[in-house]
Amino acid sequence: MIAIIDYGVGNLFSLKSSLNKIGADSVVTSDKEVIENAGALILPGVGAFGDAAQKLSESGLAGTIKQLALDGKPLLGICLGMQLLFERSFEYGVHEGLGLIEGSVKSLSEYISGLKIPHMGWNSLHFENKCPIFKYTNEGDYVYFVHSYFGICENKDELVAVTDYGMPVTAAVARGNIFGTQFHPEKSGDTGLKILKAFSELAR
Amino acid sequence: MLAKRIIPCLDVKDGRVVKGKNFEGLKDVDDPVKLASYYSSCGADELVFYDITASFEGRKLFSDILKRVGENVFIPLTVGGGINTLEDFDRVLKCGADKVSVNSGAIKDRSIISRAAKKYGNQCVVLSMDVKRVDGKFKVFSHGGRIETDIDAVEWAQFGENNGAGELVVNSIDTDGVKGGFDIEMLKAICDVVNIPVIASGGAGGIEHFIELFENVNVDAGLGASIFHYGETDIKELKNALKKEGIEVRI
Repeated sequence: MIAIIDYGVGNLFSLKSSLNKIGADSVVTSDKEVIENAGALILPGVGAFGDAAQKLSESGLAGTIKQLALDGKPLLGICLGMQLLFERSFEYGVHEGLGLIEGSVKSLSEYISGLKIPHMGWNSLHFENKCPIFKYTNEGDYVYFVHSYFGICENKDELVAVTDYGMPVTAAVARGNIFGTQFHPEKSGDTGLKILKAFSELAR
Repeated sequence: MLAKRIIPCLDVKDGRVVKGKNFEGLKDVDDPVKLASYYSSCGADELVFYDITASFEGRKLFSDILKRVGENVFIPLTVGGGINTLEDFDRVLKCGADKVSVNSGAIKDRSIISRAAKKYGNQCVVLSMDVKRVDGKFKVFSHGGRIETDIDAVEWAQFGENNGAGELVVNSIDTDGVKGGFDIEMLKAICDVVNIPVIASGGAGGIEHFIELFENVNVDAGLGASIFHYGETDIKELKNALKKEGIEVRI
């Protein structure tokens, strides 16, 4: 059973549907006990980092998720959920993240010029490190991005994949059982479903 | 590199797709769920659904269809038609839409753009506009392109971006239905002044028109309706042809 963590941010309909499609048992929940007993966790998220971090903290789930991940439960952060894995974000001020991936989240507009922001659409993956959730994915496969901020890894071993948008932009991160994708696997067609499939196979 | 997107647009009325022809291996062509799955399997990068029903029952049916599409198709979905209030945004987002396209609703009350962007994020808000030349100027028309407004299209595009629209759909009334190619001149005028993604609409009649579009204007996507529905152009063939021309596409 995969627990999709519901902390009042965004619409989880597509994510739930995509897990149904690949035959992975899942539940949308904010119940601490259900989360503790789940075989794997997905942390979704859209909107602003500060607002989401606050909601996650107010839900009382931030500490639980962090501890479960550190104890070895597979965790996948998607989009803003990936950014929340980092130590801090500079989106409208400075905000604390979960600190599971070393580095910070910064604005794309500080780093690139002459390209449209948000970075919206299909872009290709280029792998920097091996990672189990991409075992069915090929170099150059396209996935769907929508974001204006991006994670900067301080530990290069945690950078799994980048995409080219004026520079190499972090597309996926990992540290052991902890994974994050800046793109939306649930909106990335068959490529995305294969990534979710590989993640679901890690559920204990 | 970011790929150029190819987007079929489906008009839905009373639960059925309005335009359509019989594709090989697809009998029920006016079933929105089946057609959406078919386009997705052919390589469509995104789908736009326009609700052209007016009745309450039709709207309910549309919501049910969206849900069924969202359960079966895993590419981005944009929904438009009859979007006038934040409640309308809420209704279609809950059914699985990723982006909501507002057109006449924003002309009636332009504050909806910023209110929706604040509530749902810029990436959710698509400003769709129907544009026609009037006395040498690009003017915005409302009500499906029937009623002329005094809004200048270039200024309207800028207003949209400045107030939180994350994307623009720009439809040329002058080229729509003519199948003689996209309105390059008008699209250039819009793309020159905004820094958000622009989807070109109106005029696609064949593969050569998409090549002409992407080679001449910095748009992000080309939208087509009848060109795809009547099987005049196959999305796979179109994308292969674009790739051959050196245009980045997802294959």
